[in-house]
Amino acid sequence: MAGLELLSDQGYRIDGRKATELRKVQARMGVFAQADGSAYLEQGNTKALAVVYGPHEMRGSRSRTLHDRAVINCQYSMATFSTAERKRRPHGDRKSTEMSLHLKQTFEAAVMTQLYPRSQIDIYVKILQSDGGNYSVCVNAATLAVIDAGIPMRDYVCACTVGFVDETPLADLCYAEEGGGVSSLALALLPRGGQIALLQMDARLHQDHLETLMEAAMTACKGVSKVLDEVVRQHLQEVSVLTGE
Amino acid sequence: MAADMRLPVIRKPVSLIVSTDRRDLVVPGDVITSDTGFMRGHGTYVDEEKLTASVAGEVQRVDKLICVRPLKTRFNGEVGDVVVGRITEVQQKRWKVETNSRLDSVLLLSSVNLPGGELRRRSAEDELTMREYLQEGDLISAEVQSVFSDGALSLHTRSLKYGKLGQGVLVQLSPSLIKRQKSHFHNLPCGASIILGNNGFVWLYPTPGQQEEEAGGFYTSHEPVSLSDREVISRLRNCLLALAAHKVLLFDTSVLYCYESSLQHQVKDVLKPEVMEEIVMLTQQKLLEQEG
Repeated sequence: MAGLELLSDQGYRIDGRKATELRKVQARMGVFAQADGSAYLEQGNTKALAVVYGPHEMRGSRSRTLHDRAVINCQYSMATFSTAERKRRPHGDRKSTEMSLHLKQTFEAAVMTQLYPRSQIDIYVKILQSDGGNYSVCVNAATLAVIDAGIPMRDYVCACTVGFVDETPLADLCYAEEGGGVSSLALALLPRGGQIALLQMDARLHQDHLETLMEAAMTACKGVSKVLDEVVRQHLQEVSVLTGE
Repeated sequence: MAADMRLPVIRKPVSLIVSTDRRDLVVPGDVITSDTGFMRGHGTYVDEEKLTASVAGEVQRVDKLICVRPLKTRFNGEVGDVVVGRITEVQQKRWKVETNSRLDSVLLLSSVNLPGGELRRRSAEDELTMREYLQEGDLISAEVQSVFSDGALSLHTRSLKYGKLGQGVLVQLSPSLIKRQKSHFHNLPCGASIILGNNGFVWLYPTPGQQEEEAGGFYTSHEPVSLSDREVISRLRNCLLALAAHKVLLFDTSVLYCYESSLQHQVKDVLKPEVMEEIVMLTQQKLLEQEG
């Protein structure tokens, strides 16, 4: 393993957090006027912008139309300046395509697509600054954008990555930790019911540890959901004062 | 050219001063009631026999029916709504119209007034010359005739007030900002006319001199519009944007009051945040005074 000590003897991580501590989450809804829904979310140093258009008539290939529900179309992209080394193409490479698919699956589980037959919902997410946990930050930002667009969802979708170091699960990994050879797991959760929308792990982990890791991920997701909930209620309060009579 | 620069300032929306704690606001996943005696309306679903909200918004209760109305959505058309829309496609016997709705609306050839009188039969030639009446990109005003089962709207223009729109300015706003009223067509005393589409599309145009009866709403004048009229229209557009930015309901009186309050500023200055704030404040005061 790399020389970096991810968890000190005192139980602190490289950025000074405790093992179960999340990064600071800040978010804002309704950042664009033109889009149906939009949100900006910062989780530590990872920053993402999500925009939702729809539900609207199918654009592009009509053949993808579903007659009993809406099609969800996701696009994940990373700004060329988001990483330490400048990226060549913001989207369209293998990694982004995979990420787009994951986002699509996540939101198909949460959005009530059966209410909008023959329509399409577009979700565009852009990472402005990447510092680990890109998938989770995208999901969290997109959730806020979907809510802002007034599209019915079963529940919030909250996502978090967790890693496993020295028999301890670490919540909400940052870039340094993700790169340090930690076996990490990304989980998207519908927190109220506890249903899992997406679970992804492409590292080796002993079967015995999976349970604890999942448990830690769920707690972390619920923590995120509390923050998102606060943001949404705050936003609701502000806007309803203006429009309400 | 003089450029206008400003530093970032946190601006509180005008009407936030009267902040009250609202109890009837819910977010997706909130349980509204676990009582099974209620009916499930829009924006809700039943999860384990509990009525749960699926959108963020305010709860509305009519007898046994519970709905959640989101603060911002696409246009949900109802029969009789006035809409402004753009033709996206010409098909056989119908036009597809983009109306900010969930699905494109349909304007059937049989629900438009063709030139030559009400009782004209629609022949095969009419189908071939559809593009001469309305082609892709044209703007129209119309009324919702019916709603299909999948939520798509069927429009009609069977009145002389509806039809193709000529010279003017389109402002696209949120449908929830338009106040439902008896009439959505107004000739404002400031010298311009306005169509407040229920779908959030607002059309500003110079007040036509005399109503030409025989045109059937397909021919639009290409006479140059005078500078003063264009100025009035631009000012109205900026006023609409100001009102929308501060989430003030739009109807003829609010637009007119806002126009009057903006007269002391130059047209381009109306878009400046501090000017917007000032004129919206004045407008709200006038509206309150008028209410009594």
